[in-house]
Amino acid sequence: MNSENNIVEIRNLSKSYHRGSLILPVLNNISLDIKEGEFLALMGPSGSGKTTLLNLIAGIDKADSGSIKVKSVEITTLSESELAEWRASNVGFIFQFYNLIPVLTAFENVELPLLLSKLSKKERREHVEMALKVVNLSDRMDHRPGQLSGGQQQRVAIARAIVTDPAILVADEPTGDLDRTSAEDILNLMEQLVVELNKTIIMVTHDPRAAKKAHHIKFLDKGILNARPQIDL
Amino acid sequence: MKIPLSYSLRNLWTRRLTTSLTIGGMALVVFVFAAVLMLAEGLQKTLVETGSDDNVVVIRKSAGSEVQSGIDRVQASIIETQPGIAIDADGKRMVAKEIVVLIALPKKSTNKPSNVVIRGIGEKSLDLRRQVKISEGRMPVSGSTEIVIGKSIAKRFKSGKVGEVLRFGMRDWRIVGIFDAGNTGFSSEVWGDADILMQTFRRQAYSSVIFRLQNPSEFEVIKQKIESDPRLTLEARKETKYYRDQSEMMAKFLRILGISLTIIFSLGAIIGAMITMYAAVANRIAEIGTLRALGFQRRNILAAFVMESLFLGLIGGFTGLIFASFLQLYTISTMNWATFSELAFSFELSPDIIWESILFSLIMGLTGGMLPAIRASRMNIVEALRGE
Repeated sequence: MNSENNIVEIRNLSKSYHRGSLILPVLNNISLDIKEGEFLALMGPSGSGKTTLLNLIAGIDKADSGSIKVKSVEITTLSESELAEWRASNVGFIFQFYNLIPVLTAFENVELPLLLSKLSKKERREHVEMALKVVNLSDRMDHRPGQLSGGQQQRVAIARAIVTDPAILVADEPTGDLDRTSAEDILNLMEQLVVELNKTIIMVTHDPRAAKKAHHIKFLDKGILNARPQIDL
Repeated sequence: MKIPLSYSLRNLWTRRLTTSLTIGGMALVVFVFAAVLMLAEGLQKTLVETGSDDNVVVIRKSAGSEVQSGIDRVQASIIETQPGIAIDADGKRMVAKEIVVLIALPKKSTNKPSNVVIRGIGEKSLDLRRQVKISEGRMPVSGSTEIVIGKSIAKRFKSGKVGEVLRFGMRDWRIVGIFDAGNTGFSSEVWGDADILMQTFRRQAYSSVIFRLQNPSEFEVIKQKIESDPRLTLEARKETKYYRDQSEMMAKFLRILGISLTIIFSLGAIIGAMITMYAAVANRIAEIGTLRALGFQRRNILAAFVMESLFLGLIGGFTGLIFASFLQLYTISTMNWATFSELAFSFELSPDIIWESILFSLIMGLTGGMLPAIRASRMNIVEALRGE
């Protein structure tokens, strides 16, 4: 495989879960390259290992074997504390249920990842305002999540994901909790991030409409990566 | 501290009802804790302030207090003639031979008798106590059966007005004045002529001799002289120390009793805080997962939840202290174990008690919050994100 421009390189990745004495294989010898600026959709039936693969790439889960390099950093060998530091500057998360902190305002939610950086308060403010401008929510920065619609909350979550200018954005069913119009808005915004800001997005989705927005689609079934779909898009 | 303090504070505010109940429990414990310490402090302060640093009290060796002491007339005369005793403007020695006896008087509130100190005083007794002022009437005439009473006695016992008569020692004693001795033990005493009281109670000996030092720095020299004189089996103590020693046992008892009680109560408050914090962790599992995914370390999560619990303790502590501070408005009376007499005193809130109470409340918060905070910090990120 040509490693030029690859932001993520996965080789022979395997992962299984243990339930008592039972071993459940989830990912089986996966190899995958993702290029910088790519919008990749991971699809597959429930339990196929999509979210597990996403979590491993994002550094919040540990593989049994294999290698994951993100921007040439081998993350499978990092300690838990090093992984946390790495995530803070290299990964932006977009969740299905937005996962905003309800007691913090939109501004404070977006500012959260920056609290782990060495930026001054003034610099943090500038970054947060910029991120909220990108998602077109500058006028709602003092609102708490409970005062925002689902679509607006997901946009705040996207602002939080991009505020540290991370290497990759990982999105787990980002439109799963949204109505059709809001989902369309969010997908357009994600596409805009890729096209205009050259962001790399890895998205897990069940939604064929969402997958259609991606540049590439990979299919997982029973822990094995397939190039061709098992379902009709 | 990476996770902002506002996160912890706003979470407490969001769960206002459970937060208030937990704070209420903690406040109650801190109230009891502070109240007992204030009681001990008030007692100690009252007795310590009773003494003056340049006054010396001479009592029989190992007597403990004036009530158990006896100094015969010869011994009293030897003390009286010691060099180093201050001399007043009229050229008289600042010394008083006093007798202390206990009588039972009925209390206004319960009509039940309670022990009261009757102090037989000499000519210089009043001058030796700078803090004692006649607030109503006059001092008794020497050689008469007239008495003056402390303001606490006037307030708390029957027959507490000028002109009224008290009957004890098979004699009638006319109250001719009321004296104000501030927050000191003298306020709980009745004063009359020493010689008449000795006759009345058929005493051959004085209880104590009090004198003022010409030079307070010479106390050790005079003490040495009195205590090494073979004619005298007496001991000399600075008046402040004498009263501090009297308060020591009672204050210690109150503190031990109070602290033991509050430690038992605090277990309840700690369990309350623990339940509140466990519920807080359980309600925010996905939030914890999110924070960890964003890059916050385990220690940041631990600190955020510990801070939340410490805030609970701190607010509880201040609330308890605010309520306890109102106790200063009350004056209560208890038995002074050194003299077996009634002693009136107020709750006293000192800076030390404030710090101790706040520290105590923080310890309760920390103990209650630590286990839930450890649980929060140990969560697996993936499982937490699933809300498991």
